[in-house]
Amino acid sequence: MSTSIHVSAGQVAATLALVALAAAVSFWRKADLERDIGIAALRSFIQLTAIGYVIKLIFEADTLALVFALLAVMVVFGALTARSRAKKVPDAFWPLLIALAIAGTSTLGLVVALGVFEATARYLVPVGGMVIGNAMTASAVALNRLGDEMADSRERIEATLALGATAQEAAAPTVRRALRSGMITLVDSTKTTGLIFFPGTMVGMLLAGANPTDAVRLQLILLYTLLGSVSIAALVATTLAYRNFFTAAQQLREMDAEAPA
Amino acid sequence: MARHRGHNFDSGDHVPVLFELRDVSLSRGGRQILESVEVEIPAGATAVVGPSGAGKSTLLRLLNRLADPDSGSISYCDRPLDSYAPLALRRRVALVPQLPALLEGTVGSNVAYAAQLAGKRSDPEHCLRLAGLDPRFAERDVAKLSVGERQRAMLGRALAQEPEVLLLDEPTSALDHEARDAIEATLADLRRELEISIVLVSHDPEQARRLGEWVVRMEDGRVAECGPLTEVLA
Repeated sequence: MSTSIHVSAGQVAATLALVALAAAVSFWRKADLERDIGIAALRSFIQLTAIGYVIKLIFEADTLALVFALLAVMVVFGALTARSRAKKVPDAFWPLLIALAIAGTSTLGLVVALGVFEATARYLVPVGGMVIGNAMTASAVALNRLGDEMADSRERIEATLALGATAQEAAAPTVRRALRSGMITLVDSTKTTGLIFFPGTMVGMLLAGANPTDAVRLQLILLYTLLGSVSIAALVATTLAYRNFFTAAQQLREMDAEAPA
Repeated sequence: MARHRGHNFDSGDHVPVLFELRDVSLSRGGRQILESVEVEIPAGATAVVGPSGAGKSTLLRLLNRLADPDSGSISYCDRPLDSYAPLALRRRVALVPQLPALLEGTVGSNVAYAAQLAGKRSDPEHCLRLAGLDPRFAERDVAKLSVGERQRAMLGRALAQEPEVLLLDEPTSALDHEARDAIEATLADLRRELEISIVLVSHDPEQARRLGEWVVRMEDGRVAECGPLTEVLA
């Protein structure tokens, strides 16, 4: 598990040929993604290089304060990114921020408490990054769906409110579908892992020369951890965000400039 | 119910005021929907008529607090509307929206849900019969109903709460003449059988003539005229 390999800058540069291939496909079939592919390649290079140096510093310092500071930054940027995918949800930032913070702290706290990982930078930084990244994707998908469903189900929700149901009762079917859509991707990919695709951690460890049994065990730990964090994030985000569609008087807020006859 | 204030209809009956709106205005998305609305809605059957976009549906939504006005005051039975708990008010003043929007499941489960919210005993067959539907519809999946059947199921669901007032938003707008006549007959029966008041929004003055005793005519977000049927739609 501790085997490490050296990857040269030349090897990384060589893979740019595949980026060029992607851009060529886009150009050939007029997918209009060449610019995005270029930006994606450049941004990933800059961001990963920068975070590599940051992680190196944090590993060398090995203080938990720096680890938590890095994870807090990830949570804030994760919430900002997820908000941009949940445009139809009013004030989505706070539910997302709270969801990512709770998912991150509870999951990491649990795996440390269970003795799965040591509370050191070497474990908390990479695992925390994966946990928060997956939680971000799940909560963004859940809130994106919540926004669409609330718009599509407006008549049904208001008809249920008109019966004297609470906002929570009226929105329950919508919130349930949003939660499900936030979780389903990871659940499905966990079902097919090892059959249809090899997950990243396992691939990385195998490439680095680790024993396959160790690679599989670590991958399982991470998959199960991610299932927990994704469910917490989607649950907290949907539970907090649906309220923003309603007023204190249990009325559905006007979302558009619509004017009933 | 208010007994000391009210209106005298042609029959000479003194009818108490249910809703009183004073200087009510509301705008949405920069558009004035209601402007300085002053109106009294008595117990009995009131028809709110006017062209599309006149603010009729919005007026109805204000009466059970699905929306609140930007300014002005509304009272129900001589008490400010906002002094009622919104959920309790909505169980007393039931709104049946224009577009049928039932919950997934059977007609019976929808009716039972409404009864449970209002703390009433659930009797779906009775409610469906009142709404003009065969009691066997209780077992039917709402997804397999026609628009007219859905509209009746919505009515049955509202009646399960035993409300004091039924607010009906264009209850027959999506129906053919035959289905429309059937719903109108049902509403007339309801008025006879139950002590229930009806506020009906309709773009059709003929429907107002058939069902209303009191008429509120709206134009451009204002009340153009209000009074007994024989005076307003003479």
